[in-house]
Amino acid sequence: MTAIPTLFFISLIIFLLLDLAPGDPTASLPLTIPPEVREQIRQSLGMGEPVHIRYLLWLKQMIWSEPLFYISESIGWIDTPDTVRLISWQTRAPVLDTIFERLPQTIMVVGLAYIVGVLIALPIGIISAYKQYSVFDQAGTFVSMIGFSIPPFFSGVLMIILFTVMMPNDSFWWFPSIYDTTLIIDSWENFGKQVRQMVLPVMVLALQTTAQISRFMRASMLDNLNQDYVRTARAKGMTESVVVMRHVLRNSMIPVVTVIALGIPAIFGGAIITEQIFKVNGIGQLLIVSIQASDLPMVQTVTFIFAVMVVFFNLFADIIYGILDPRIRYD
Amino acid sequence: MIDNRNDADDDIMARNQWWDVWDQFKTHKGAVFGAAFFFFVVFAVYFGPYLWSIDPTYIDVRARNQGPSWLHPFGTDQLGRDMMARMMAGGQTSISVGLTAMGLALFLGTLVGVLAGYFKRIDGLLMRLTDLFLALPLLPLLLVMVMLFRQPLSSSFGPETGIFILIVTAIGITSWMPTARIVRGDVLALKEQEFVLAARSIGTRPGKMILRHILPNVMSPIMVSATLGIATAIITESALSFLGLGFPPDFPTWGRLLFDATDFMQQHPERVMWPGLAISLTVLSVNYMGDGLRDALDPRIRGL
Repeated sequence: MTAIPTLFFISLIIFLLLDLAPGDPTASLPLTIPPEVREQIRQSLGMGEPVHIRYLLWLKQMIWSEPLFYISESIGWIDTPDTVRLISWQTRAPVLDTIFERLPQTIMVVGLAYIVGVLIALPIGIISAYKQYSVFDQAGTFVSMIGFSIPPFFSGVLMIILFTVMMPNDSFWWFPSIYDTTLIIDSWENFGKQVRQMVLPVMVLALQTTAQISRFMRASMLDNLNQDYVRTARAKGMTESVVVMRHVLRNSMIPVVTVIALGIPAIFGGAIITEQIFKVNGIGQLLIVSIQASDLPMVQTVTFIFAVMVVFFNLFADIIYGILDPRIRYD
Repeated sequence: MIDNRNDADDDIMARNQWWDVWDQFKTHKGAVFGAAFFFFVVFAVYFGPYLWSIDPTYIDVRARNQGPSWLHPFGTDQLGRDMMARMMAGGQTSISVGLTAMGLALFLGTLVGVLAGYFKRIDGLLMRLTDLFLALPLLPLLLVMVMLFRQPLSSSFGPETGIFILIVTAIGITSWMPTARIVRGDVLALKEQEFVLAARSIGTRPGKMILRHILPNVMSPIMVSATLGIATAIITESALSFLGLGFPPDFPTWGRLLFDATDFMQQHPERVMWPGLAISLTVLSVNYMGDGLRDALDPRIRGL
């Protein structure tokens, strides 16, 4: 409900922020270009217009022209619109095409890392809560504290030192530290290579996810384990596995699922650093490169996509919380 | 009227709440270790340079790329600068940024939280603002902010102070939201209590009410978010430096040292370890401290 105005407002904030940019897109061009030509280049990039015109133009391109273009491309029923596409200042290619080229790498690495992290975190959280204050629980607390505290730019570098630099090259435990995007998976051998090059970035990202989700799972399980309905279930003579896995787990999963949904945009943001370390040319690396080249349309659009993701997953978490927990009702 | 004064006098140890908190805090071993380590690090980076007086920017090309020795306990970098001196200088910046940014975030968060919780009229507006800030993609936005304002600020305040102001402000205004939410919730609950009603009925004005009655009672959540805020601020600053968008290259911070060391990862892996360990251990100790503080300040747990 508030999602759409929020998105408009965020896009406006980002646009106005970027408008203050002192960075000149023609700054990296050769100095021999005369000033009047330079001015013309700037005009051709659309920098002569006032702010509100440029913002509305960007908005129109973003929510009207570009979707229309992709729709007509894919189904071919309607003609391609004759409006100008959103062009990157740096590559002179359509911004969204570049983003769609970069997205698969990011989704592959980040998405897999998230799934792996969640799959590790849930059992750890369940066992930690069930055996509270046991050795396992203490160890779990310690490991997740470490996961919280070691930033990805150190754990990533540490992994590279351990598994790439120190490991002998012919060992099974040697993993490449550079992600090769040009690899085409057409054989089992290349599939193996793909898996191997994904191990390190996925491990780094999964460590972070595991630390957060397992703590949350543990706390949520502990909230439920002492409730009356658990005692009732035990009193009825149900086996321990049914009590824990059916009754308690189902109820504890409700907040955990929303936390998992809410964490997805954050991990995309965090992936910026991981992509930089492992040279994955994903969307985060695209953002860094565009920032360094002051390629405003690209920065604007990528940041906006991150914002869309945050807002969308917030909404998604709200909806799923309402579905899973009938006690919650939205007006 | 029964005179209670005698009872109070008998209890010689006049204990206030903070003594109880301290007693509870002491039982959490990790928290005590964490606090001790954190104060050790703060002491080392601020007072260490007086004992270890090598200039962190002094270049000694003949002594470059050395391993740990008595002369250079942490070794030297590719220009022969002493790593221990650089670690101290870097830590000063990193911890200063962490503390200042945490202070700013805490101030903003408490302000928004108290105003939203206490004044019903602006509650909706302020909370929408908080939601909006929570929906912003923070790391990309931080990167954009640093890119935009680096030049103007460093030209008006000098490269170091300019970037310091920029990074502290950027981290501060993007991390106040959790504090605001927690504080607002607590203020809303406090407002309904009898002592607030009593204070209002004797004519206490809102400003006085907030300072005298509300704020002291929301100190515990604020202190817990303070410790966590230090940790996030240190990590964010290091991340910015690591991405090359933090302090200028000749100005060491832990993140910058880590970034510089990754280029020599193959030849000198140990050089990555010092700044990395410093960041991780500091953050770990702060997190443990926050954990213990949370337990100690929670009256449901305290005294068990």
